[in-house]
This record gives sequence, C-alpha cells and structure tokens, in this order.
Amino acid sequence: MKDMLVQVEPLIPALRRYARALLRNRANADDLVQDCLERAVSRWHQRRDGSVRAWLFTILHNLATDQFRQTSSRGRHVPIEEAGEGDFRGAAAQEHRLMYQDVLDKLAKLPGEQRAVLLLVAVEDLSYAEAAKVLNVPIGTVMSRLSRARERMQQELDGLAGAPGNVVTMRRLT
Amino acid sequence: MNNRPITEDDLHAYVDDVLEPERRAEVGSYLADHPDVAKRVAGFTDQRELLRSALAPIADEPLPPELNLSRIVEGQRRRSPPAWWTIAAMLLLSVGGLGGWVMRGSLEAAPSGLAALAQEATYSYNVYAPDRIRPVEVRASDTTQLVEWISSRLNRPVKVPDLASSGYRLMGGRLVATQHGPAAMFMYDDDHGSRVVVLTRPMSSADQNAPITTHSNAGATGIAWADDGIGYSLVGPAPPNSLKAIANEVRRQAL
Repeated sequence: MKDMLVQVEPLIPALRRYARALLRNRANADDLVQDCLERAVSRWHQRRDGSVRAWLFTILHNLATDQFRQTSSRGRHVPIEEAGEGDFRGAAAQEHRLMYQDVLDKLAKLPGEQRAVLLLVAVEDLSYAEAAKVLNVPIGTVMSRLSRARERMQQELDGLAGAPGNVVTMRRLT
Repeated sequence: MNNRPITEDDLHAYVDDVLEPERRAEVGSYLADHPDVAKRVAGFTDQRELLRSALAPIADEPLPPELNLSRIVEGQRRRSPPAWWTIAAMLLLSVGGLGGWVMRGSLEAAPSGLAALAQEATYSYNVYAPDRIRPVEVRASDTTQLVEWISSRLNRPVKVPDLASSGYRLMGGRLVATQHGPAAMFMYDDDHGSRVVVLTRPMSSADQNAPITTHSNAGATGIAWADDGIGYSLVGPAPPNSLKAIANEVRRQAL
C-alpha cells in the first residue's frame, strides 16, 4: 500500500489536468479523478508491470469515455467553466488568462479522439506506445491522430491570429 | 549522409523531443534545407508549449480533500472487512454445532457506522420517495418549523441543504427512527418528478469522519459520508456521477 501511495500520489495533479481538459468543468473532472483513484486503489494488485502513469491514464480515459457516452445519450447539459479561475491576478495575468482560455476553447473544437492524443502526448508526456495503450489503438493510429490534431489545432490558432477574412476561408476549407 | 527518408512521424517525434540524438540531428539538417517544413514544425513546437502553459495552472491547484489518496485508501479499508475475520467466521461455521449456532447472531449483526446510515437512508428512500399522498410530514412552506423540530430532536442545529443549483427543490422533511436514534430526512424533487432523499443524524462512535462512499442496490444509488460526527446519506435514482455532484454540494454547505 505504501508503494501505491508513493507511486500514485504524485500523478494526481496530472490526472486532474487531463480530466479538466477533457470535461472542462472542475467538479465533474474531480469526480472523475476520484472514481479513477478509487479504482486504482482497489485494483492496485491486479495491475500488470509497466508504467503506473499509463495505467492510471487508461483508467481515467475509460471512465471519461463512459461518461461522454452517458452524457450524450441523455443530452445532459454540462456547464463549461473558465480555466484556472483565481490563479490569475493583475492586468498582465488577466491577459494571460484570456489567452489561455482561448487556447482551451480552440482545443475543445477538436474531435474528441484527436484532443485525447494531443493532451496525452504533448501535455502529459506519455510515449507514443503508452498513448496507444491508453486509447487502445495501434501506435500507427496514435501517430495519424496526432498529426491531424496538430494540423487542426494550428488552423484554429492561426485562424485567430490572421485577418478576419482568413478565418472564414479556413472554416470553409475544413 | 543518410538514406532513411524523413517521415511525418519523425517530425512529430522531433517536436516531442523523443528522437535518438543521431536521428534528431538528421531531422534538424533536413529542416534547415526545407524552410516550409521547418516553419510547420516550429508552429507545432510553439503549439505544444502553448498547450502546456495553458493547462499548467490546473496541476498547481491545491487538491480537494476528496482526492486525498490516503483518505480514499482508508475509506476502502473501512468498507471491506479484513480477510482474517471472514476466514475466522467460516472456520467457526464449519465447526458447526453449538459454536456455529451461538455465533449466528453476531455474524448477522446489523451494519454499524457509515454502512448503517447508508442502509437507513435507502430504507427511508424506498418507503417515502414513492409515496404520493404524504411523502413528507412537514412541507417546505413550513421550513422554519421543520428546522426547529428536527434540531430539537437531534440536539443540534440542523441546516436544510439547498439543492436548487442541482435542479432539485425541497419538498419538506420528517423525522425517521433508526437503530441509532432519530434522524432527519429531507426530500427533494426535480421538474421530472424524480426524488432524492438526504438522511442525516449524529454518528455513534464508529465513523465520526468518513469519506464519500457510494453504495447502490435495486435501482437506487446512495452516497454516504460523515464529517465531525454528523453522518449524511443521499439516495436517489440518478446515476452515481450526477448524484455525487449533489452530495458534494450538500457536503460543501454543511462544512
């Protein structure tokens, strides 16, 4: 059990970050992480060798997928919160906050499977093989989704940076 | 210099900095010769940094108590009886005869602590929630009277949780009898006629503080916890996740 605490505890902030980026709502994301930790604790002894990080993200990702399925079938409204409120003070910080908010809004426009790959690889530092395991897809699929996710995200980011006319063209193209 | 062509995968591995040093150098020199590809790769690299900084503040937030791992471990340990007890019970039963007969009572003993509270709440839900005539004894319009009555019977000030933010309206409440003395039951409904029940009472010695625990049987899900000697259990037909959000709200208001 001691072993479990030492290995799992440091990863909780990353699990929260991933859940929040997927669900965009603090309370729902934390509930999901809590479910994930409950499962991790009770199944710790069934865990096979390998990265604890990938194992935890697999549990969390599966819970999130289940929840998406339930939510979309019931059409429940999930309020979207602003990111990291309270962590930004002052005018410069406010500007940062708005910029980050905008990045997260754009991320949210990506199809779910692309968003998951991008978060796991670019933010959570999972290897391509680990991401493949979490998402239960071949590594080739991870690479092609990653490529599409980055292209799409880049279009979103450039869309805002460019002239308004540009945005329209971009949208029409995609 | 090299014969291996640079692939799309190499470019992403370059952005994620997971290439072997030699390969990284090869990709680097390829990019130097192909400014358009280099521009795309630089965009991906910036994008990666942007995502990381945008999401970093979330990982720096202090953890809420529900995500305290030691607490989760403790909660699960409490829920599952230690293995030796099960083995001892089985041995005693297999001895049979008088020994087994005498032990029968204690093995069937009612649950205690949080498990007892959860069971009481489920009973109250099963009996009162389907009641169309008099589900509550004191209606929400007489909340002041309800609070006074319940507080005097429980010997402590009782607050009625407000679940409006979760879409549930207070219908009213009543006093219910439990093995551990009187408990307050509050009932709520939403616009679709779905009812949830909150049962609260002082805890006996066991489980003065206990983390949120989910239990379910026959269509109803219950969530129970205890803070500072007061136990709460929320029971309803909602799926565990949305019920948990309501439980967190009740808990927040009580703390």
